Amino acid sequence: MSGFAAVLLAPQLLEATIRLSTPVTFAALAAVVCERSGITNIAMEGIMLVGAFFSAYVGWLTGNPWIGLLGGLVAGAAFSLLFAWATVSLHINHVVAGAIMNILAFGLTRYLMMVCYGRQGTSEAVPLTLDHYRLRVPLLSNIPYLGSAVFNQTPLVYLSLISVAALAWTFARTRFGLSLTASGEHPMALETLGRSVYRVRYQAVLLSGLLCGLAGAFLSIENSNSFTEGMTNGRGFIALAANIAGGWQPVGVFLASLFFGLVDAAQLRAQSIGLIHLPSEIFLVFPYIATIVAVAGLVRKSRPPAAVGKDFNVEGGGD
Amino acid sequence: MKVSGAVPPVLETRGVTKRFGRIVANHDISIRLEKGEIIALLGENGAGKSTLMNVLFGLYRPSSGSILIDGEEVSFASPREAIAKGLGMVHQHFMLVPTLTVTQNIILGDEPVILGHVLYRAARRRVVELSERYGLHVDPDARLEDLSVGLQQRVEILKALYREARVLILDEPTAVLTPLEVEELFSVLRRLAEGGTSIIIITHKLEEVMSLSSRVYVLRRGELVGERRTSETDAAELANFMVGRDVVLSVERGEAVAAPEPILRLEAVSVRGARGIPALRGLSLGVGPGEILGIAGVEGNGQAELCDLVVGLARPDSGRIVFHGRDISALSLKRRMEAGIGYVPQDRRGSGLVLPFSVEENLALGSCEGPPLCRRGFLDFRALRENALRLMEDYDIRGAGPEVSVSTLSGGNQQKVILAREFSRKPDFLLVAQPTRGLDVGAIEYVYRRILQLKAGGTAILLISMELEEIFALSDRIAVLHGGELAFEAPTSRTNEIEVGEHMIRGRTDRRAS
Repeated sequence: MSGFAAVLLAPQLLEATIRLSTPVTFAALAAVVCERSGITNIAMEGIMLVGAFFSAYVGWLTGNPWIGLLGGLVAGAAFSLLFAWATVSLHINHVVAGAIMNILAFGLTRYLMMVCYGRQGTSEAVPLTLDHYRLRVPLLSNIPYLGSAVFNQTPLVYLSLISVAALAWTFARTRFGLSLTASGEHPMALETLGRSVYRVRYQAVLLSGLLCGLAGAFLSIENSNSFTEGMTNGRGFIALAANIAGGWQPVGVFLASLFFGLVDAAQLRAQSIGLIHLPSEIFLVFPYIATIVAVAGLVRKSRPPAAVGKDFNVEGGGD
Repeated sequence: MKVSGAVPPVLETRGVTKRFGRIVANHDISIRLEKGEIIALLGENGAGKSTLMNVLFGLYRPSSGSILIDGEEVSFASPREAIAKGLGMVHQHFMLVPTLTVTQNIILGDEPVILGHVLYRAARRRVVELSERYGLHVDPDARLEDLSVGLQQRVEILKALYREARVLILDEPTAVLTPLEVEELFSVLRRLAEGGTSIIIITHKLEEVMSLSSRVYVLRRGELVGERRTSETDAAELANFMVGRDVVLSVERGEAVAAPEPILRLEAVSVRGARGIPALRGLSLGVGPGEILGIAGVEGNGQAELCDLVVGLARPDSGRIVFHGRDISALSLKRRMEAGIGYVPQDRRGSGLVLPFSVEENLALGSCEGPPLCRRGFLDFRALRENALRLMEDYDIRGAGPEVSVSTLSGGNQQKVILAREFSRKPDFLLVAQPTRGLDVGAIEYVYRRILQLKAGGTAILLISMELEEIFALSDRIAVLHGGELAFEAPTSRTNEIEVGEHMIRGRTDRRAS
């Protein structure tokens, strides 16, 4: 009993939860933006991976993690534009295009590892990580329990929290948010009112690429100091689940991501203090089981955008 | 503006022609609309009404001719430009986002913003003010999907008014409304017209024209065939215009067997449609061997539901379907096919054929569960090919070999593939829906000949068509479907197109007559 309490009540657990959920939060927000505009995006995993690689590579070349971050953002944006071009302009099935993007990302990063570092596996460590810029918020960080966990964090963790709020605001209050929703629910209505659905969807995919780039940068140059092949480790797909469990809403998706982070943190902690004696592989499965449970439990309550995954073709929209 | 000169019409078209490839959808159409006037564009399905409206609204560009607004020539590259010039369109299928609120739907595409932020409070005020000014009451905060269809349409109208539309175009506005909602809509439209808005309603319902519009243009086959002041015409004359007295494709019909025992009988069948509204109400009819019963009617009066019921895609809520004296209401589609029911569906590309499949595969569909096309669960490709070659010869299917995808065939040849497949099973009863839609004259003639051949062989045929000429060319008896009820029934020799056309549009003229 006291052992469980020690696991669940330690401030370190909350801190770890937030850190572990950060990449999932970014990627899940990316999914929200995409799917609300009508594009089914299963390519977050791949875009994230590409972002992680370029963050580490540029960060290593320049020695500056901020320029590395910029590199990750640019790579994520460029890679996602390819996806937008395939789905919006070429009218390729979104899931097919997304699967191809993922395969491409794995192959591309492996290839680039050989080209840039001359080896497989793990890249050179960046000399300086974003973790170096950890920021302790005065006063707020003194709040017991919560303070040290939430207000003594690294830059991208703060940015993920800001992104949640900013996107929630975008959907609720801005013209862009309204257009996104209309584009995902009834694209023809938007088009007949004179606003281009293609344009809105390109913008959405681009924004999701930036968010995935942030997720990737977090993995390679904030949470660690190097890129490892396949380091996204299914987080892009967990993000997809978080998107569904969170009901296609930024705040809901954030809570779902936190939940996955919590399960992950709890298993790590339970494992490290040897609370339960089970083979470590069993612990590693926990987040994925949590994903299944959460999605199976919540999926029926939320409804996807009506036109998500459906191709929109202006020329064919006439008649 | 000069005081003395006549005020130019708000909207005018001069000789507008719209071609799609070789098809002329609109030919030399000139209409005009004065300020505060309500006009109607009347015509059957496919008469070119919607094309004309899409030309006006900037969705299509006219092939020739011009559009004038307030006497000035305009050319719209997109709906946005049409909206900017004061045109507002209420589409038949609403252009509304169900998950957004009324206010959001109304302002979408034209939001009041500061730095990208929508001023929702101001927008809501504007919506409330608009709905009060025009008497179009609707809760600005309600989610659209929670509103009735009538209220949703009101939101569509408000959407146009929000954009300061001076001309309101309504495409089949009453198609989805209840009678009460229709009354409300009409009083709203009259009020708008009194306030100076000019209105065009597109419709095929005569009673709407008579009760709402001051002038009416009648379109038939893409051409303007008549213009009348509503006060100087009547429903009969308009029906005459609409249906026309063109050449009926003449075919030797042959005599029907006198008063045969029906092979297929519907007994007081009722069924609900997609929105839970009764689509068929106590429908009873029967078709005997060697007889063609033609079901006339304007599209959307229960034809689709009738087809689904007869072939087994839907079950009746009440009533029975009797085939060869046996109640088949609960039988699956497959069982019905096996029992001898054939079906030529209206949507040949969507439900009649599997487009990416080859001709031989399409010809084998439905009969590849046993010999001769299938042995021990495996398709016999040689038999498939032989079957295809034989049928292609018999039914004169041209344009490709048996191995070629059926999607590459012309419409006429695609229809022949379906006829070959269905007819070669020698059905006792055949349901044919819109068998010649989109076909050229040669192919039409061929399809008619084949249908009549089948009938001569003793098959009972139920023909559903929205084209009166077709009904008259083929049927021994004619029935009219209106609002899911049988509005009229008579032997072909004892009725005419005018009488049937009027029933199509007005339903039962005398409820007491049997």
